[in-house]
Amino acid sequence: MRRWVAASLFVFASPALAHVQVGQATGFLTGFLHPTLGLDHVLAMVAVGMWGAQLGAPAIWLLPVTFPIVMAFGGMLGLLGVPLPGVEIGIAASAVLLGVAVMTERKPALYVAAALVAFFAIFHGHAHGAELPAGQSALLYSLGFVVATGCLHAIGIAIGAIHRWPTGRVALRVAGGGVGLAGLFFLIRAAT
Amino acid sequence: MRTQRAVTALALALVLCPMSARAHLITTGLGPVYDGITHFALTPEDLLPALALAILAGLRGKPHARMAIFALPLAWLVAGIVGASATTGIPDSMSWLPLLVMGGLVAADLKLSVFAVTTIAVLLGLVLGYANGYAMAHAGPGVRGVLGIVVAVFAVTTLGAAGAGAWQAGWLRIAWRVAGSWIAAGGLLLLGWSLR
Repeated sequence: MRRWVAASLFVFASPALAHVQVGQATGFLTGFLHPTLGLDHVLAMVAVGMWGAQLGAPAIWLLPVTFPIVMAFGGMLGLLGVPLPGVEIGIAASAVLLGVAVMTERKPALYVAAALVAFFAIFHGHAHGAELPAGQSALLYSLGFVVATGCLHAIGIAIGAIHRWPTGRVALRVAGGGVGLAGLFFLIRAAT
Repeated sequence: MRTQRAVTALALALVLCPMSARAHLITTGLGPVYDGITHFALTPEDLLPALALAILAGLRGKPHARMAIFALPLAWLVAGIVGASATTGIPDSMSWLPLLVMGGLVAADLKLSVFAVTTIAVLLGLVLGYANGYAMAHAGPGVRGVLGIVVAVFAVTTLGAAGAGAWQAGWLRIAWRVAGSWIAAGGLLLLGWSLR
C-alpha cells in the first residue's frame, strides 16, 4: 500500500516553482531554438561556417567573431522597431550568395567577405529581435539565439573541414550549390 | 599613452553609467551567504562580465590573472558594503554596459597591461558590487549576502582565469574570443531591450 502511495506521489508530482526569475530557462531555450526553426536561417549560418573553412585563416575565426556582434546590432534594430525593408528577402539572398560563394570557391579580400557576411547578419538579427515571445527573459533569450547561431557556424566549419581532401573539396562545393538552390527557393517564396 | 586614455575613458563610462540593483533574489533556505552565492550563479548580468574579465586576464598571462582574481572580489566586497548602506539605488537600464565592454575586450583580444587589466577589474567590481550591495540590503540578506557573492566571484574568476590561461593553444584562444563576442552581442541586445 505504501509503495502505491509513494508511486502515485511521484507520478502526480508537480514541479517546484519556488520564486523563480520569470522566463529565465524558457527564455534561453526559446532563443536557442529560434534560429533553428527557420531553414533559411540554418542554411545561411551553416554556409557562413563552410565559407570560413574554405577561406582559411584568418577568415575562419574572424567571421564567427564578428557575425554575432553585427547580428546583435540588427537584433537591436528589430527590438527598437526600426523598420528594415525586405528582411525575409535579405535572409534568403544571404543563403543564395553564401551558397554560391562556397560552390564557386570564391575567395575575395578579407574585408569584402567580412562586409558581405556582416551585411546579411543585420537581416538575420533583425528577424530574431522582432519576434520575441511575451514573458521571456530578455538577456537569456538574446544569449540563446546568439549561442545557437554560433553553434550553426561551428557545424558549418566542421563540415567545411572536408575541404582539405580532394573528394571533400568537391563535396563541399556541391553542398554550397545545394544551399544556393534552397536559398533560391526561399527567395522566390519571399518575393512572391 | 593610448592604453591609459582607453582605460580612463572606460573608467569614466563605467562610473557614470552604474548598473542597476536587481531585487528579485533567490532564497535557498540555507542562509544569506548561500542566497548570495545562488544569486550570483543565476544572474547572467553579474556572472558573465566577471567570467569575461577572468577570460581576458587568463588570456593575457599569469601576472594579469593573479591581479584580476584578487582585485575584482576585493573591489566587489568594498563596493558591496558601501552599497548595502546606501539610500539611493541606481537605474535599472545599464546592465548591458559591463556585458558589452567586457565581452568586446575579450573578442578584440587587446594586449592590455597588468595595470589596465587590474583597473578594469577594480572598476567592474565597484560597479557590480555597489549594485549587488544595494539589492542585498533591500531584499534581506544584507552584507552576508554580499559576502556570499564575493566568494562566488572569487571562485568563478579563479577558475575562469585558470581555464583561459591553461587552454589557449591554437583553436582554443579563438574559442574564448568567440565566447567574448557572444557576451558582447548579449550586451548589445540588452541595450535594445533597455531602449525598447
